[in-house]
Amino acid sequence: FVKWASTIGGHSIGKILIANRGEIACRVMRTAKKMGVKSVAVYSEADMNSMHVAMADEAYCIGPPPSQQSYLAMEKILQVAKVSAAQAVHPGYGFLSENTEFAELCKQQGIIFIGPPSSAIRDMGIKSTSKAIMSAAGVPVVEGYHGEDQSDECLKEHARRIGYPVMIKAVRGGGGKGMRIAHSEKEFLDQLESARREAKKSFNDDAMLIEKFVDNPRHVEVQVFGDQHGNAVYLFERDCSVQRRHQKVIEEAPGPGISPEVRRRLGEAAVKAAKAVNYVGAGTVEFIMDSQHNFYFMEMNTRLQVEHPVTEMITGTDLVEWQLRVAAGEKIPLMQEEILLQGHAFEARIYAEDPNNNFMPGAGPLLHLSTPPADRFTRIETGVRQGDEVSVHYDPMIAKLVVWAEDRQAALRKLRYSLHQYNIVGLSTNIDFLLSLSGHPQFEAGNVHTNFIPQYHDELFPAKKATPHEVMCQAALGLILKEKMLTDAFRDQSDDKFSPFASSTGRRINICYTRELSLLDGENIVDVAVSYNQDGSYKMQIQDKEFLISGEILKEGDSLYLRSSVNGTVSKSKLVILDNTIYLFFSEGSAQIGLPVPKYLSAVSSGAEQSGAVAPMTGTVEKVFVKAGDKVQIGDPLMVMIAMKMEHTIRAPKAGVIKKVNFQEGAQANRHAPLVEFMDEEAESK
Amino acid sequence: MLLGAPRLPGRCRGLLRQLLARGYRGEAAAAVGSRPDASSALYQENYERMKALEVEKKLVSFIHQEESCYPERELTSLLILDLHFWSSPSLLVTSCMVMKRCLQEALSQALDETECLIVANDATVKGGTYYPITVKKHLRAQEIAMQNHLPCLYLVDSGGANLPRQAEVFPDRDHFGRIFYNQALMSSQGIPQIAVVMGSCTAGGAYVPAMADESIIVGKQGTIFLGGPPLVKAATGEQVSAEDLGGADLHCRKSGVTDHYALDDNHALHLARKVVRSLNLQKKVAVTIEPSEEPLFPADEIYGIVGDQLKRNFDVKEVIARIVDGSRFDEFKALYGDTLVTGFARIFGYPVGIIGNNGVLFSESAKKGTHFIQLCCQRNIPIVFLQNITGFMVGREYEAGGIAKDGAKMVTAVACASVPKITIIIGGSYGAGNYGMCGRAYSPRFLYMWPNARISVMGGEQAATVLATIAKDQKAREGKQFSEADEAALKEPIIRRFEEEGNPYYSSARLWDDGIIDPADTRLVLGLSLSAALNAPTKKTEFGVFRM
Repeated sequence: FVKWASTIGGHSIGKILIANRGEIACRVMRTAKKMGVKSVAVYSEADMNSMHVAMADEAYCIGPPPSQQSYLAMEKILQVAKVSAAQAVHPGYGFLSENTEFAELCKQQGIIFIGPPSSAIRDMGIKSTSKAIMSAAGVPVVEGYHGEDQSDECLKEHARRIGYPVMIKAVRGGGGKGMRIAHSEKEFLDQLESARREAKKSFNDDAMLIEKFVDNPRHVEVQVFGDQHGNAVYLFERDCSVQRRHQKVIEEAPGPGISPEVRRRLGEAAVKAAKAVNYVGAGTVEFIMDSQHNFYFMEMNTRLQVEHPVTEMITGTDLVEWQLRVAAGEKIPLMQEEILLQGHAFEARIYAEDPNNNFMPGAGPLLHLSTPPADRFTRIETGVRQGDEVSVHYDPMIAKLVVWAEDRQAALRKLRYSLHQYNIVGLSTNIDFLLSLSGHPQFEAGNVHTNFIPQYHDELFPAKKATPHEVMCQAALGLILKEKMLTDAFRDQSDDKFSPFASSTGRRINICYTRELSLLDGENIVDVAVSYNQDGSYKMQIQDKEFLISGEILKEGDSLYLRSSVNGTVSKSKLVILDNTIYLFFSEGSAQIGLPVPKYLSAVSSGAEQSGAVAPMTGTVEKVFVKAGDKVQIGDPLMVMIAMKMEHTIRAPKAGVIKKVNFQEGAQANRHAPLVEFMDEEAESK
Repeated sequence: MLLGAPRLPGRCRGLLRQLLARGYRGEAAAAVGSRPDASSALYQENYERMKALEVEKKLVSFIHQEESCYPERELTSLLILDLHFWSSPSLLVTSCMVMKRCLQEALSQALDETECLIVANDATVKGGTYYPITVKKHLRAQEIAMQNHLPCLYLVDSGGANLPRQAEVFPDRDHFGRIFYNQALMSSQGIPQIAVVMGSCTAGGAYVPAMADESIIVGKQGTIFLGGPPLVKAATGEQVSAEDLGGADLHCRKSGVTDHYALDDNHALHLARKVVRSLNLQKKVAVTIEPSEEPLFPADEIYGIVGDQLKRNFDVKEVIARIVDGSRFDEFKALYGDTLVTGFARIFGYPVGIIGNNGVLFSESAKKGTHFIQLCCQRNIPIVFLQNITGFMVGREYEAGGIAKDGAKMVTAVACASVPKITIIIGGSYGAGNYGMCGRAYSPRFLYMWPNARISVMGGEQAATVLATIAKDQKAREGKQFSEADEAALKEPIIRRFEEEGNPYYSSARLWDDGIIDPADTRLVLGLSLSAALNAPTKKTEFGVFRM
């Protein structure tokens, strides 16, 4: 992806420590390897077998899973830096990347912090300060109040001055936390209180600022780079407007519909901002842009952003390499005039989350993972492999899929094509959502804004339709052929390889064998009557419709593909059968077909699920509302769990009497663990 | 001689090299069979008539008859088997018994790669009680298991012996008691006996699970007791429910008659699979195996070649060509005694010696057959008999030539051969020909019939003629007239009776065979049968005295 790799030489950095995990740690190591720089990984106990540890030249364990005790433990990390003799620390994004204290500590201990000076981090980290600096430097900022006086009256007064609707934001906020919109004076105080509570909890600081709320705004950010010689350049803008829960989903560069003139002004404003704080290294200046393409400074992120690859793709640069060079004291490798914009790039963030459940973050094992093949124009930025686990302790991002093409339309087509090839089994992901999002006509037209997902919610979340019978037949075929494959494998190990008992699956003498298969389409049981024809094809009947099915399983690499013919229509799909589910991935969409578990097998394992409440994901029990013997109605809250930094209220799945509460407040409950048991109905009636 | 001598060793060397070379080129040329003239009237008539016999449809219609009688639990055993033992093909032995409402199904089937014999009662017919034919079928199934060392799985749902017919099912050697004798004997021989109690096991039936090595019972459904509630009440006045008297809870918790408690039928079969898996049986095949290969000719051409008219001759080699791997048949003594075709081939990779009829047996044919059977026994090669035989040649010349003792040689060889023998009656099966070609009395491991086949001591026509001649002579001695009309009147019922009793469905319903098969399925049936037969350890053959 690097179109012109620069020569390495005269580097004083020969070994770096990456104070991060996941895809960004892997991303940094890739460039380090390319440049011949040794990399040192740090990891928590939860990450012992993870990809970034495997990729590193050296790796050190720095503590238990919670990030407070590992990836945020500055002393431990610096200790590793010393022990491993790393000359520099790359903080990645998140964790310690914008931590003034850490940058300061590095400096004190003579270790290069790959990032801006701590003063720049501090100045830009406090929103009110950053706006004041930018305002002074002549960068356009949004009308607002960033004052010391935090009294309700004062804030309300300023809100009135700015004019509703206004945005109430935590001064130390980020990632959408502690942020509320007040549309009128009537709701101002409620929203203010709510924002303060959240901010207090998240940042232990409830200082608020008020800003003009720009309706349907775009989120446009400019990648800048500064060096220690006072140079600063911009690498054009990215549009990250499409967001859910104030977090980015799909980013692109350059911003759609932005004229070269606006682009130049954006870039120059961003460079001005960088220079105002003597910025060194990679940074991002975020602007809010209205429909007339007026833009206002929002904040500056003093780190390498998650979405930096789209900028790399359109400029042919390696920003991590730039970071290392600049940190080593070199000048920025390219002059502003040498940085050329070419083509269009998209990045889709693949998350372990459930878009249908308000994007609830998820965790769990990646039982099956296959990605589109990576090439010069398709990057798979990930920190996990098949079999790895998306941990509850960290960010649920699985991967970033980055594509580049000559123009936006081609790049978007490529993105969708590649997303179809990104197949994950084991946990809920947003891939299907990304597909419907990237296929939305308004998105295709480039009419993006931060309110995009709520506005087109109904179109982006179409009601689930029944799986077509043809697909059910294919699932049945996949199941039958997979069984046959296992039988064949078993047979091949035996001495009696050609016995027709082992090979003539489904053959009966004198009668045609019809097998009754029950499949689950969501909650609905679909009965498929499969007749084994002598020529190896199958006749399948669902209700009163008959299908003639034939096909085979093809092995390509580690993946299995099902080539099937349904009444003569041939198609190919990827086939994954895990536990009690058949997954089919077609070039357009995917299907997930369940296999009903026989009662005798499910009686033990899911008994609790039927008769009680289970943990939706691994987390801590925060509050318990019921005790044994309590009578509850359906929907009554039973307990509150904190998982993935979010509160989940566990409600009674049915009315009944509580038999037992399995977890006390403060206890950790695993995913699917039965939390509360109900009395047997039988026992009750007695 | 002197001049030629030095050249010979060199030539031999060359030939030897050719012979020993791998990928020997001659292999491809060894195929038998020819493309039939499918457009000929004879072929088409044969094809249509044979196809019209429609074994499959006939059997299926019988199954549906049963179904309509018992909508609730129609042919439980069959359906449950299909539900659970899906992955492997099954060989429905004595399949035609459905026709006669046999109360039972016997199957040979691979269960998780372990070939098993399954006996299932069908309680929807006469409460699953044992009629005379039921006993016979159960014993035949056990015989198959014993001969071929197949673990037995009994899916029991039976009221025991049928009381009104007790005289025909209880006292004799091959009656009800023999079932348990066999269970004990097989267990002693290391042939696993597993019972799954899915319904009632009353009186004698109780011994099936009790005699089993391991037994499973379905909760709130299966019961086992020597005397059911009515009998208990009659005997002692005690009133007790079937469940309390012999239900799963009692037998799994208190009596110990059963070992595993199943929640439902499917669970029971699931547990049965687990038991089979834990048998630690390993099939050790004592023959060489080669990759299986389809024949070069389509199997359904047999219809057109053979037809249903027994009087029309066909070349049995054309049948062989549609059964054996790659249609390769290495014929033995092709030029000698050519009314009997003998040779080696492979079916699903298993080696077989094939003996087929191409006409009446002469002394040479019988001696050739004897020789060939000796070869097969010497080499431990299973023998397949393709039986289509009117009998041994008769007449003064042949009697004088000692055809009786030559026939006896062949019968001795067939009887004594302890390699697996499998017989398929593909045409007529008459008289001593039936013996020489391994009829039921010669204990082939399996015996099947084609739907066009006929079996009787001689052809109906001949029998009628014999009887008519005797009657005519008698009348002549008595000085009475015996008109042509008299002769016809005497012959007609005899011919009709032979035709009815010689019919394969008549035969199958009496367990004279193990089932009627579609000729096109012959290869598969032979493959399955061979596979099942090769579970048993080999025994050395010792022949009796051959009259020379």
